[in-house]
Amino acid sequence: MKPHQIQIDEQGRLKHFISIEGLPRDLLIAILDAAQSFAGVGERAIKKLPLLRGKTIATLFFEPSTRTRTTFELAAKRLSADVLNINVQSSATRKGESLLDTLRTLEAMHCDMFVVRHPMSGAAQLIASHVAPHVRVINAGDGRHEHPTQAVLDCFTIRRVKGDLSSLVVAIVGDVLHSRVARSDIHALNILGVGELRVVGPKTLIPPGVEALGVRVFYDLEPGLRDADVVIMLRLQNERMQGTLLPSAHEYFQAYGLTAAKLAVARPDVTVMHPGPINRGVEIDTAVADGPHSVILQQVSHGIAVRMAIMSMAMGSQAAPRRTR
Amino acid sequence: MLKTAIAHSEVLDLITRMAADLKAGMRPGAALVGIHTGGVWVAEHLNRHLSLPDPLGELNIAFYRDDFSHIGMHPSVRPSTLPFDVDGRHIVLVDDVLFTGRTVRAALNEIFDYGRPASVMLVVLVDRSGRELPIQPDVTGTTMDLPTGQHVKLIGPDPLSLVVQRAA
Repeated sequence: MKPHQIQIDEQGRLKHFISIEGLPRDLLIAILDAAQSFAGVGERAIKKLPLLRGKTIATLFFEPSTRTRTTFELAAKRLSADVLNINVQSSATRKGESLLDTLRTLEAMHCDMFVVRHPMSGAAQLIASHVAPHVRVINAGDGRHEHPTQAVLDCFTIRRVKGDLSSLVVAIVGDVLHSRVARSDIHALNILGVGELRVVGPKTLIPPGVEALGVRVFYDLEPGLRDADVVIMLRLQNERMQGTLLPSAHEYFQAYGLTAAKLAVARPDVTVMHPGPINRGVEIDTAVADGPHSVILQQVSHGIAVRMAIMSMAMGSQAAPRRTR
Repeated sequence: MLKTAIAHSEVLDLITRMAADLKAGMRPGAALVGIHTGGVWVAEHLNRHLSLPDPLGELNIAFYRDDFSHIGMHPSVRPSTLPFDVDGRHIVLVDDVLFTGRTVRAALNEIFDYGRPASVMLVVLVDRSGRELPIQPDVTGTTMDLPTGQHVKLIGPDPLSLVVQRAA
């Protein structure tokens, strides 16, 4: 079964959230609209809504993560859910328990939702296809496949800062080959009908045939950035790089690192984004990361609202089909 | 089956009378909060009658409903806006129809998540039968005694009319 078939129920509601690929446009827009409603909660005296009171959400991270895990946790807590953070590095899987046995154990503790990050592509879908019918699964990043909540928060940020997407030029810059963020962003921005979508990076870090996803490919930074409205920088994923794809981090910065001078060819009101964590002086210069065009920290706050929207919509589909009243 | 129970001009007459009652019973410095959507329309009219200095608050209680686990997430929910400090404030909560009382219960919960008001008064255009919670209005436009299968709904915002319909 394809991921986009498993994540939507018979009524067309969001059931699991596994991938952006195949997500219907109206559902993606509904998530963005719901996130807009949730965004105001962070500014109130009591930053909590009762929507998921009595629900238990387990975060299962088989890869280290700080911001994704904590924003999921914060989002779940703002919805009044109880949160279990399973530290997989030090848990039963290290003692030889299989992934599905871990799941069964958590199901027996009456968990309603699993938020999963795993180094293997397809892990979240595998889990979604094996959980009990009432349990919901959210993909928090699976291998090189997708990081769908990051893509939604990127789109949410662009929509908030720029408004209409149809006339925008968006450039995704860096290690596209290893990036699940890039893959999810490409699908999401194309579903929303962005004006022009570019990927920019060295030949060794651009997947062959990526044009088929609906992007223009640039192997040089300057033409790739020219007249861009939005620049999404990708982290240079050292820990995934094997062999000789790049000469050195320093040389990478010379050619593809984003500096104020290189950014000058983009539009004057260009917005600079980065999923974090940033490698200062590798893919992005400090002056740009902390500069007036950067919305990197806003992205983090938006991540909470977006994850609240996705978790409440997925959990809402536990309910019986909507009656008209 | 739709049946117009009360037409525009009569609705406006009701609101005028409610404004007079409210003026008599309202504490000084109170702020109006309408419940989305019909309550906001009524509150806008009341605000005009009373010419209060503060902008109107709007509550969308979708995130506070007690039937989330039965009917799930409402698609696009407009965010609530309370453009004043709720702490220590006298609040006048306005809705179009008071039926089971569950909407008001949810609205009270949401207001208290913004702060601790000094007091909350309840103003409704229609007080209809069928209460399931111990909630009563302080100011009422009109009362209706309807069987459970029938619903009364405010249509608007311009013109405003009350219609009675049989539940589908």
